[in-house]
Amino acid sequence: MTERRIYLDNAATTRTDPRVVAAMEPYFTETYGNANSLHAEGRAAHKALEDARARVASAINASRPDEVLFTSGGTESDNSALIGLATAGGRTSGHIVVSAFEHHAVLEPAEWLGKHGFDVTLLKPRPNGVVHADDLKDVLRDDTIMVSVMHGNNELGTVQPIAELATAARERGALFHTDAAQTLGKVEFDVAALGVDAASFSGHKIYGPKGTGVLFLKKGLRFAPYLMGGGQEFRKRSGTQNVPGAQGFATALEIMAAEREAETIRLTALRDRFEAAVVGRLENTYVNGTDAPRMPHLTSLIVKGVEGESMLLHLDAKGIAVSTGSACSSGSLQASHVLMAIDCPQEIAHGSLRVSLGRWTTEADIDCLVDALIPIVERLRAMSPVYEKMFGASGA
Amino acid sequence: MLYSDKVMDHFGNPHNVGVIEDADGVGEVGNPVCGDMMKITIKVSDDHLDDIKFQTLGCGAAIATSSVITDMARGLSLEDAVKITKAEIAQELDGLPPAKMHCSVLAADGLRAAVDDYLVKNGREPISGGPELVEDDEHGR
Repeated sequence: MTERRIYLDNAATTRTDPRVVAAMEPYFTETYGNANSLHAEGRAAHKALEDARARVASAINASRPDEVLFTSGGTESDNSALIGLATAGGRTSGHIVVSAFEHHAVLEPAEWLGKHGFDVTLLKPRPNGVVHADDLKDVLRDDTIMVSVMHGNNELGTVQPIAELATAARERGALFHTDAAQTLGKVEFDVAALGVDAASFSGHKIYGPKGTGVLFLKKGLRFAPYLMGGGQEFRKRSGTQNVPGAQGFATALEIMAAEREAETIRLTALRDRFEAAVVGRLENTYVNGTDAPRMPHLTSLIVKGVEGESMLLHLDAKGIAVSTGSACSSGSLQASHVLMAIDCPQEIAHGSLRVSLGRWTTEADIDCLVDALIPIVERLRAMSPVYEKMFGASGA
Repeated sequence: MLYSDKVMDHFGNPHNVGVIEDADGVGEVGNPVCGDMMKITIKVSDDHLDDIKFQTLGCGAAIATSSVITDMARGLSLEDAVKITKAEIAQELDGLPPAKMHCSVLAADGLRAAVDDYLVKNGREPISGGPELVEDDEHGR
């Protein structure tokens, strides 16, 4: 492993911003009370918690702070949104629509609901990586109770038309949830403008602490608590609140909002520089979702005739961290369900590489990645028994 | 899922990569849909493996197992070469993650196919008994 590392896997997680760490620090050793206690220590913690809640509510334009529930992360927010909304009031049946390229934190609870009385439809995105509102309208039914479509896809970087999808759901009387873990702070997210009933967020994707998340839940919705106990978070999410985490989340989100405009321009330019260089210099490569709205920091690259994990490991040895949707990295023998959902052929999906830029990514990092990646791909293709046959000049 | 240092060594600097142009036997296994393809070429003299080279499209484990089997098989009699098992390959690499065991099977199968190809080309009976069976639970989940 080389000394200098280039971290280009910011869609997996981010480095916590030192400004966020500083904002959290007082809530470990000074203001350490339980936010539910009546004494001074408790009141101080409660004040800090409610301050964080109000700041998050304001950043996402919630109509009131108690629509913001602090959770342990994106997975808990997704799980509790699906199961809590579906089973509210003792409901045991109904139709649920989720897109086929959701994160597993949505797919798995949807599958669980499917085994427990609910009828679940997996809605396919189009090959450009976008779930079309017309396709949603086609599968909505009178008994549809809930629709869940993610805001930004974590592997492709494509942004979904949430306002249109939420309108379509509402017109048929269904609730709309979106997993916005990947887009929060990167693409404008206004719960009122988008018209969503519930949304999931994660702290560690926005340079905040791991183990923190938020579930936005519109006031007045029936909701079955997923975690039961002391009745914290307005009886919707029990468990002593993570006050430093809530403060860290709020600060991380405010930094994202303050820097978003400039960062969008900077990251888009870096991303485009990478894509132009790699597609220009390497034959048989392409980028997914280029004709769809995309997040500024993520490239889903397909390198034909190379297996993704091999590229990842060679880049890692050169000090560069990226990820892949290849089957072999997932512990299963199936290529990524996201690439399958957009009809990417299996043999090509194995060559996927996800590069996700972040707050500290520089132009030099991008150039370094391109210069490292090209010889790696050439070497792996030369080692392949089928590259020439399948993709060579004389082949397909 | 972590690879041993030995897997990473073989992956980073694989041994015996390439194709023997005037090979006596050729084994090609795998399919592009599952993501792993392997081709082994062998040179045989006196029923022993004189030379062996591989080409592999696949993950780190697929490349490392291909590389290590060429080391293990070189100089062996044909009879002994086809007896190399996936467990022995994994052991030689200080272990493989459970979901990656299929890669070691691919390497062993490639070698068996190359030996059989040599024998059949020379009018003899194949001896490998075909691909080693893999239990489903080793395919990972």
